Amino acid sequence: MYDNAADIIRLSKERSLPVFRIVLENEMELSEKSEDAIFEELLEYYAVMKSASESAIAHPMDTVGMMIKGDAQKMDRARDQAFSGDYLSKILARAISCSEVNASMGKICACPTAGACGILPAVMLTTQERMGLTDRQITEALLTASGIGAIIVKQATISGAEGGCQAECGAAAAMAAGALTELRGGTPEMIFDSAAIALKNIMGLICDPVAGMVEVPCAKRNASQAANAVVSSDMAIAGITSTIPFDEVVEAMYQVGRQLPYQLRETSLGGIATTPTALEIAKKHFSR
Amino acid sequence: MIGPSSSHTAGAVKIGNIAASIAGKGFDHVIFHLHGSFSETYRGHGTDKALTAGVLGFPPSDERIRDAFFYAEKAGLQIEFRHIQLDNVHENTVMIEFFRNGKKLCDVTGSSIGGGNIEITRIDSFEVCVSGNNPTLIIRQNDKKGVVSDIAAVLADNDINIGTMVLSRTAKGGIATTVIETDSLIGPSVEKSLLSLTNVLDVRILEVTRGGSDHV
Repeated sequence: MYDNAADIIRLSKERSLPVFRIVLENEMELSEKSEDAIFEELLEYYAVMKSASESAIAHPMDTVGMMIKGDAQKMDRARDQAFSGDYLSKILARAISCSEVNASMGKICACPTAGACGILPAVMLTTQERMGLTDRQITEALLTASGIGAIIVKQATISGAEGGCQAECGAAAAMAAGALTELRGGTPEMIFDSAAIALKNIMGLICDPVAGMVEVPCAKRNASQAANAVVSSDMAIAGITSTIPFDEVVEAMYQVGRQLPYQLRETSLGGIATTPTALEIAKKHFSR
Repeated sequence: MIGPSSSHTAGAVKIGNIAASIAGKGFDHVIFHLHGSFSETYRGHGTDKALTAGVLGFPPSDERIRDAFFYAEKAGLQIEFRHIQLDNVHENTVMIEFFRNGKKLCDVTGSSIGGGNIEITRIDSFEVCVSGNNPTLIIRQNDKKGVVSDIAAVLADNDINIGTMVLSRTAKGGIATTVIETDSLIGPSVEKSLLSLTNVLDVRILEVTRGGSDHV
């Protein structure tokens, strides 16, 4: 039904339907499921997202590498001093919470991947509270997010081993930006402008996990990419367009991913993973 | 799903699940040969536990994944991890060898291509393409005229539509493998009908949960 953003924007305008509806119809056709069944499934996903967004704020988690334990709670408790404001600081805490749950081998929703599992949930849950939205409205936005993610899967990659962090956290930031822009009443063009801006803001970011664990720098990148999603949506809502269309940005991201050397694609052979401190951490952990 | 990585954990579980159903029951020793990013980060990413859980048949959302080694020991399953360098494969690739009483049953190669999606690319010396997203038939047959149309006829008689079909063989007139992804579930009666065909040697059915529910 669609292969890229241009298709979705065209279908949405031709049929005067919101973007989420176009994605929903496609999903119904592919999965042979009813609308109700799909929304039911989305509600289950959203329940997992909510739980992961909150649980490490309430109880610091014993992560495998013990590098990020308690960070979500620290962020949440310091929110009254946060210059980023009430809304954004809550998003940061929640994104880190998801990463902390993930790093403790807890249950999360891969959106689109586990390494990037904090970005979409943190933005959605905090936006729901801010705008007083229903779960149903959020699940509609999740459909838009999944449509954006599916295009990136189809046209490029969301694998950190193939495309670096820009493919994982970049896809998540683009998904969250687009979903947020739709919730704020943005046009189909604005939705994909915000997604394109988010993806451009992270272009080239490598995947360099310390000791091969999904903790450092992943948790902080979840927080910063959630912020990226919000500022990208703000710019699009302000009427700032992405000079380069989303589909071309996705292709550029894929090309950059292929140009990244092996050492910088989730192998822990470069970037911060080979700093003296990181190597010391790896040595200590694996000699245990 | 259970963290920490959709490629290295959930995808790895899925590869393990499918590989084990290809190998069939009764293996007591499994060697995982890890390539690329799998090979460099498997301990930190929990890929070792995930693959083990996968061959034990646990789903990606199973909280027992973190204790997979314990469950393997309990099941009397010996597991080993080795490094390997493969050509022209995705960075997240594993070649899995299955053994029973020291005798090799088969090997299966699979790649985790992102977000928990996977591809099985090789079974023994046969190149295949299995996504695990649709019910899949894996048939070993003698490379003789008419076998493929016999197989297709059985499926048509049972009202099963073929989505994709990949045929490969080691040598002309030797053994061939047919991998068929279908749009609907494949019942045991279909398996029986296929096995009764003269040149069909072996039939494996991979049943899958459809849709994206692996994400949670």
